[in-house]
Amino acid sequence: MIRRIAELLIKEFLQLKRDRSARLRLLIPPIIQMLLFGYAATFEVFNVSTAVLDQDHTQASRSLTAAFAASGRFKLTVPAATRGEVRDAIEKGDAEVGIVVPPGFAELLEKGQSSPIQVLADGSNSNTALIALGYVGQIAGSFGQNYALELAQRTGRALGRPMVNVTMAERYWYNPNLNSRWFFVPGVIGTLTLITIVNLTAFAIVREREVGTLEQILVTPIRPIEFIIGKTLPFFLIGLFEVAIVAAVGMLWFDVPFVGDPLLLFAGTCLFLMSVLAIGLLISTVCMTQQQAFASNFFVLNPMFILSGFSFPISSMPPVLQWFTYLDPLRYFLVIIRSCFLKGVGIAVLWPQMAALAALSASLLAIAVLRFRKSLD
Amino acid sequence: MKLRRIKAIAVKETLQIVRDPRSLMIALLIPVLQMFMLGYGISLDIERIPVCAMDREGSQQSQDLLKRFSASRYFSVQKLVSNDGELAHAIDDGSCRLGIVVPAGFSQALNDTGRGTVQAVIDGTDSNTANLAANYARAVVSGYSSALQLRSVERRGGHLQTQTPVAVEARVWFNEDLVSRNYIIPGIVALVMAIVGAQLTSLTIAREWERGTMELLVSTPVKPLELMLGKLAPYFLVGMADAGICLALAVFWFEVPFRGALTTLLFTTSLFLTVVLCIGYTVSVAIRSQVGASQVALILTMLPTTLLSGFAFPIEQMPWPVRGVTYLVSARYYVTILKAVFLKGAGVSELALPILCLAAYAAVLVLAAARAFRKTLD
Repeated sequence: MIRRIAELLIKEFLQLKRDRSARLRLLIPPIIQMLLFGYAATFEVFNVSTAVLDQDHTQASRSLTAAFAASGRFKLTVPAATRGEVRDAIEKGDAEVGIVVPPGFAELLEKGQSSPIQVLADGSNSNTALIALGYVGQIAGSFGQNYALELAQRTGRALGRPMVNVTMAERYWYNPNLNSRWFFVPGVIGTLTLITIVNLTAFAIVREREVGTLEQILVTPIRPIEFIIGKTLPFFLIGLFEVAIVAAVGMLWFDVPFVGDPLLLFAGTCLFLMSVLAIGLLISTVCMTQQQAFASNFFVLNPMFILSGFSFPISSMPPVLQWFTYLDPLRYFLVIIRSCFLKGVGIAVLWPQMAALAALSASLLAIAVLRFRKSLD
Repeated sequence: MKLRRIKAIAVKETLQIVRDPRSLMIALLIPVLQMFMLGYGISLDIERIPVCAMDREGSQQSQDLLKRFSASRYFSVQKLVSNDGELAHAIDDGSCRLGIVVPAGFSQALNDTGRGTVQAVIDGTDSNTANLAANYARAVVSGYSSALQLRSVERRGGHLQTQTPVAVEARVWFNEDLVSRNYIIPGIVALVMAIVGAQLTSLTIAREWERGTMELLVSTPVKPLELMLGKLAPYFLVGMADAGICLALAVFWFEVPFRGALTTLLFTTSLFLTVVLCIGYTVSVAIRSQVGASQVALILTMLPTTLLSGFAFPIEQMPWPVRGVTYLVSARYYVTILKAVFLKGAGVSELALPILCLAAYAAVLVLAAARAFRKTLD
């Protein structure tokens, strides 16, 4: 049995060795995708183009707008002279945020009253707008507090008892600077592995069927289970290799920390690859042509990608979709790989994910092998 | 160029699509599935963030504060913990994203000095959620703070000096309630076009090579340009049908506001579809295996459409070399147009520049695709 599997393995690797473009396709797309994701996938908000209209022309209004610019979150790109210009800038998309400091701003502040400023935001990118408005609130709030404090000292207007004030001191664990790259890079490793390996497995088998070489193999003394092992083992090894390559790019190029246990990640990766190979096998049993295999990717891989929590939090999905996420091996693997990279937690915390992944892999593999043997008859 | 020959190829290709009902179903189901998956699955609106609370004090005040967290729709208090270890565990295993700690002596300090601080421990792994969670938590705490201030001032019979020296009056345009669905869904149309357009066509010529029907094709009198037009015409129709399905779902099912003109949208959609069809066709000619062609087409169309078009990730936040690359991505122009037509109601005059860029792109690619195919067997 071992010998026959070994023969098949040698054949597969010979095929890979002789096909230079297939080798390049294994290496280059994951690296390109890693680089693209690393650089392009960001939800951080810096340098939001901002239109400013200062109708007050006072020391106070100038230092408020300066505080916006100094935060690094806003870039005062459009100095407007009228409200109409602010509106135009937002309508044309030249500015995403407009800030208007109305006349009398400093006067009201000086009286100790609440002094309004108007903020206009382009909501078409809801996430940027939401975060930018959060920063506007923070900057205006701390400017106001400082001003009130300084005013009290300057005028000697004793406030009697100090004002009651409750504040929040926040600490971010695992990713203290909220660098979104740290969040995305480990996720990309899992996603790329899923997509590449499912495709390779499904296509490899469907191609044999389409070209007719599957029948040739079946007349050899090889048994179905040996065929399955011999056919999937190369992709298992390739999968491990891809994870290593992509993880190296993430750590060395993007400086994402790895604080966890490499062995735990290795174990998780092996479990995950079993699920992935099973899915590839399953697709190959349903599809007769490569075109069908290709299209079924969109019905299988894309939902898995979206439901995995790769970039969109599972807790925000409607409950029905949340149930489906439990059937998604990528969901568990992303938790494991992110925890290994950023949190450094061990098996004590991750065992439910590992157990779920193991159970899922085992059942998927069982179904795949049964179906596959049937499809050979 | 003979119309008859184009028609013959188109009929043959159509028959091939129709006789393989599975692929036709796939071509028509992809948009529906994508729309539902992405429309429901992609939500950046953060709600029900799981919170664990540690009340070291157990006083009326601390209870009041924590009640405000339970009442907020942004948070859902999952568990109450009593020591640091349990708190750390809840954050470590991901069952809670935010830990709120009311320290011992909180109300004492409030009474004596008027100052109180609660601690928030936030799981920063998902940086975007963390950022929004911190904003919402700050708002809850400051709401509590204002209520306390009001009460203490009233008790002393005073009137309130303003708590918010600078009051921000915010107004949001185009997507007034900041619903992320309105921002994401118009871009999905581009994604579906890219998938259906480039992927299906990427297989058309490669299939002829793999099945060995290329010899037959070369021996017919068909000219390269005729072959291209004939091969692409059925897919163009499939693509436009998919666009129609997506638009209908976006407007009627997901209720994304549609404020622009349908004609602008259909015209630009046909331009973008031409671009992706030509990319798929060129790739199919250049790479003679179906697997290879579909993979390359994926890298050339779907990946940039997802990442570099501004569909979900804002272009202006990318580093400048990547931002430069986005100008080479046709989807960038199309996504800009889609969002502007949907949400801003922009017309042709406002969108002249992206439309011109897209048209230029389409023209170049049609030429490239037409020249790509040569009637030889080597």
